[in-house]
Order: sequence, then C-alpha cells, then structure tokens
Amino acid sequence: MTDTLTPVLTANWDQPDSFTLDGYKRTGGYQALPKALAMAPDDVIAAVKAGSLRGRGGAGFPTGMKWSFIPQNDGKPHYLTVNADESEPGTCKDVPLMMANPHVLIEGAIITCYAIRASHAFIYVRGEVLHTIRRLQLAAAQAYEAGYLGKNILGSGFDLELIVHAGAGAYICGEETALLTSLEGYRGLPRNRPPFPAVEGLYASPTVINNVESISSVPSIIANGSEWFADLGTEKSKGYGIFSLSGHVKTPGQYEAPLGITLRELIDLAGGMLRPNHELKFWTPGGSSTPLLTKEHLDVPLDFEGVAAAGSMLGTRALQIFDTTTCVLRAALRWTEFYQHESCGKCTPCREGSYWMVRTLERLEQGKGTDADLETILDVGSNIMGRAFCALGDAVPVPITSAIQYFRDEIIQHQKDGGCPFDPAASTAWAV
Amino acid sequence: MPFSTETLVRLREDATEIIGRYPKARSALLPLLYLVQAEEGYVSEDGIKFCAEVLEITETEVLGVATFYTMYKHEPAAEYQMGVCTNTTCAIMGGDQIYAELAAYIGGEDAAHGNGHHDIKSPDGKVAVERLECNAACDYAPVVMVNWEFFDNQTPQSAKRLVDDLRSGAHVAPTRGPNRLCTWKQANRILAGYGDGQAAEGPSAGHASLVGLKLAKERGWKAPAANGSEESSPKAGKESS
Repeated sequence: MTDTLTPVLTANWDQPDSFTLDGYKRTGGYQALPKALAMAPDDVIAAVKAGSLRGRGGAGFPTGMKWSFIPQNDGKPHYLTVNADESEPGTCKDVPLMMANPHVLIEGAIITCYAIRASHAFIYVRGEVLHTIRRLQLAAAQAYEAGYLGKNILGSGFDLELIVHAGAGAYICGEETALLTSLEGYRGLPRNRPPFPAVEGLYASPTVINNVESISSVPSIIANGSEWFADLGTEKSKGYGIFSLSGHVKTPGQYEAPLGITLRELIDLAGGMLRPNHELKFWTPGGSSTPLLTKEHLDVPLDFEGVAAAGSMLGTRALQIFDTTTCVLRAALRWTEFYQHESCGKCTPCREGSYWMVRTLERLEQGKGTDADLETILDVGSNIMGRAFCALGDAVPVPITSAIQYFRDEIIQHQKDGGCPFDPAASTAWAV
Repeated sequence: MPFSTETLVRLREDATEIIGRYPKARSALLPLLYLVQAEEGYVSEDGIKFCAEVLEITETEVLGVATFYTMYKHEPAAEYQMGVCTNTTCAIMGGDQIYAELAAYIGGEDAAHGNGHHDIKSPDGKVAVERLECNAACDYAPVVMVNWEFFDNQTPQSAKRLVDDLRSGAHVAPTRGPNRLCTWKQANRILAGYGDGQAAEGPSAGHASLVGLKLAKERGWKAPAANGSEESSPKAGKESS
C-alpha cells in the first residue's frame, strides 16, 4: 500500500540549501545523470515511455512519446524548451519547485537533451518571479562549473548549453507554439499545427516542449526505474504529482501524492475548510481552464480519466477551493476578464468573444442582466470553443459555462435582486 | 535623453554578451529590452533605437514586441512597482479590497475606481501600484508583488505599511526573496540575465510550499523505495537522514 503523500520533487524543500548543487547532491541529486549517459539515448526514451509519464503541464500527453516524435539523423539541430511560464490561474507548483529545487529540473533537462539529441536547452520562465529566476541562474552556473553542462559532460562526449530565458508578462506564451515565437524574439502569437514542434519548432527545427514538473520527474524515473514510477498512481495515470491547494482551506499549499488522490482526502490533509460553518461550494481541479466542480465531486479520483469522467480536466492539479461565501458569478467574471486581458488578438473568436462575454457578464453581475443574457453567453461560448486558434480561446467560456451548469439559479438571482447577493468581505482571508 | 557615449559602450558590451547566448540573434530581444529598461526604468525611444541597432532590425519591429509584453514600461517607472493580484483566488481572499485601499492610499479616492491596468503613482514618484494577473503563488493568497518579489499573505493594513516603508526608505525584505528588496532597475538587470549575487538569500521554500512535506514527515509517509533497493526512500531528491 502506497503512502497517502509521496514527496519526491518536494522531499528536500525543507533543507536550507536545497537549491544549491551541494544540497541537491546530498539528497541524491545528479545520480540519475551518469546512469542515463551510460544508456543509449533511445533506451532513455524507452524508460520514460515505460514509466508512462504523462505531461504535467495540463494536457497529459505521454512524455516519452513526445520525445520519440523527434526525427533522428535529420541533420538539423534539436532543441529542448522547458515551459516554465507557469501562469494558469490557480497554478503554483513550478515556481516554488524551481525556487527550492532548481537542480532537479536541470538534471532532468540534461537527461532529456541526451535522449532527444539536443545540444541546446532553454528554460522559458515567466519574468514575474524574480527570486525563482535568481535560483535558476545560480543553479545553471553551478551545473556548468561542476561539468554537468557545457562540453563533454562527465566525459561522455555529450555537449549541452542551457539558457535561462525570462518571459515578459504574457499568459499566451504558456501555449507551446506561442512560447516558441516569443523565444525567437517576436510577439508571442501561437502558430498553426501541423507542422508540430517535434518537426518544426524553435528556428524551424525539431523541438520538445515539456512542463517543468514533467522534466523534473525524469531523474526519479531513471534513478529508480520505470516500474517504480509506474507502480505509483492509477491504471492510466501513473506516478506522482504536486497538488496545489488554494482558497478556503485551513492550510493551503503543496501536497505531493500519487495521481488518483481525491479532493476529500486533500481537504482533510489541509485541516478542513477555512471556516467550519461554510462548506465547499465549487472548485477547479486544474486551474481556471478546467470546468468547475462542486461538492458532489469530492470523491472523484484526481487522475486524467477520473476528472474527465466528471466532466472536467485534471489540468495542472491547481485546486482552487471556494466556500459558500463566494459568488460564483464574480469568480467566473474575473477569470473571463483574465482571458480577455491575455487574449493575443490573433484570432477573432477569442479576441471579440472574450470582450463581449465580459461585457455581458458585467451586466449580469451588476444585476442589470436580461433573460436573454444567459443564452447569449452560452451561444457566444459555443462559438469560441473549437473555433479559436489555440487553447486559450477554448478556455474563455469554460468558467462561466460550468458555473451556469451548476449554479444557474444563483446567477439569475443577481437579476432578481438588482445586484450581487453576496458580501465580498465575508470571503476574505481575514473574515471571521 | 540619448545614452552617453560611456553608457553606450557599456550597453553594447552587455548586448554582445546577451546575443552570444542564443543560436540566433533575434532571440535576444526580450533580454535586451530588459537591459535598456534596467538603464532608464522603462523602454524609451532611445532604448528601442538601441535594440534595433544591435539586432539590425527596425525600430517598429522592436516597438511591436515591446508593446506586446506587459512587463515593459513605456513611461518612467517608480522605484518600487507594486502589483496586487486580483485574479479570482487572490481577489476573493481579499486582493480586491487590498487593491482598492492601496490605490486610494497612494493615488487618492478617484484612483481606486479605475480598471487598474495602469500604474497609480505616489506623489513622490517612489511607489506605483497596479493590478496583476495570477502570479503563481495562490497558496499564499492574497499576494502583493513589489519589483517582482513575493509579499505573501497580505492584508490591507500590511500592504499600506509596506507603502509607508518603501516611501520612507525603511528596510524592506520580501517574504520569499533576498534579505533586502532591490530597486526596479536592479530587478530588470536580473531579468536581462545578470544575477545580483543574492540567489542564496531567503528561504528555500515558504511555509505553504512545505505543508505537505511536513505532514508526510509527521505521519512517516514516504515515496516507495526504488525497485530492488534496500533503501527506504527513492533517489533523486530523496531526503537526507
């Protein structure tokens, strides 16, 4: 029987020097790298495939399969780009991971580059997290000094340059093709697929783009074996992951557990709801782009299949938890405003749809809505979904559509009352 | 004001180094914009001219990029740029109230009612406040950032105290960051890729980052041992005994 919590990536975070090379090595770091370098690159890919690691950035695509799409002997340079642009509302796992344990990401990046035959790796980290960037810069410098980066790594003949690249404040750059456009020095607009990045990515060369947590999971798979990883989690969602609890719980924070844990278990671990007289009302399983769930879903296994069966998505395991003091319309409006603000403007459904959706939602929230507004919103939503250029557009209607599904009466109540029936002061961290 | 000859020599040296990091020069544009912003506090016309010149692209191309990304300022920034997260979780946990009180405190009553995507500056120009989108610290909600450093678990009172301290020049340290808050220009230099030697300061992780690990230790929970290993804990990131 596996333990309820299984700290791997978070296991050394309480050490005062966990972010240094010495601190990381003292707790088992850089032991997977020589092991990987002694393997054939294809065997490293096979090991990650056998571990059944699925992308930790939200989509859950099998990581090893992604790597195997990189054409070999094509004469082109290959690139690894780590997506460290963590910006999905509610998502807060990669930033503390890179602050406390940047070397596990760098070790994972080196192993990945060896496997896909890349000689350049980029960590595209959002710019708004200065201390995390300092820690990444320090870790990269230390790794170069120790011979884990640069020429002829550990005498293997393998060369790798790693560049820490700060983004500049654009949620869209978390979308993989927009990230590449941004990394090339342009406005961060998404690109058409195909061609997929594995064929034409950075500088039109084969490129793997993986989330921070995915790449950071690689050393543990190589060091402990594919079976070790695959024995954790559930049938189709293997391994462990960081679950980030925020909002109305007693102890919000990071909980690393095998995939498949439930919100009921996690809230219990977090000491229960913040205020015992206010129960759970709604929550996101994996950030604002994943449909809201309610207290009916407390026992849904938090793995890719379980959450999908409940009508949502596992996403980034960003569990934003709201109690009965919270107005769901206010929450959905704010998320929709976010998408409007972050829409890159490239395609009409997202640019115009998010704008008009915000206008209509504002009217509803102020209690000035009409009977037709809900239908208008659902209609606009269904005209954005599937018609936008990238996943940002698809996410625009998600919060309000799921809010209407579960709380239609409450939304209509705004209109009846001529305003919001909730007191925002009652939801704050300092409310009694 | 155009850059002096000495400044230009220094900036060109940095620019050459920054461009040298990348397989293709154009990739250096974002860090180069940080470089000029570190010099003047914002991306001025001269800054744009400089980036265009070193990359051999047009000023329009540089401007197009500089205006796409919200972290580049187009007018002189304050020494301390405060941002209040008002995305959903932070807003509901109190970020909306913090923003409204802070905007009024810094810029007067009228300032509290704007859309907040523009800076509100204190009369002495030292502090500016704006709304921020989610900054990946939701477990510390409500969050305030100053010069992109974390000030976790804020209240309206603590945020106003922070403004007073910043304006009076008192010692200010972020919750998870170096021992002393750096200036806006210094922060931009770090974003251009030049560390300030303060990476080792501050905690490895904040309290909320550690709650799961603490609980696991209290209850004796661990990741399983590696296959065929006698050890009780897996390698790569395992806990030292």
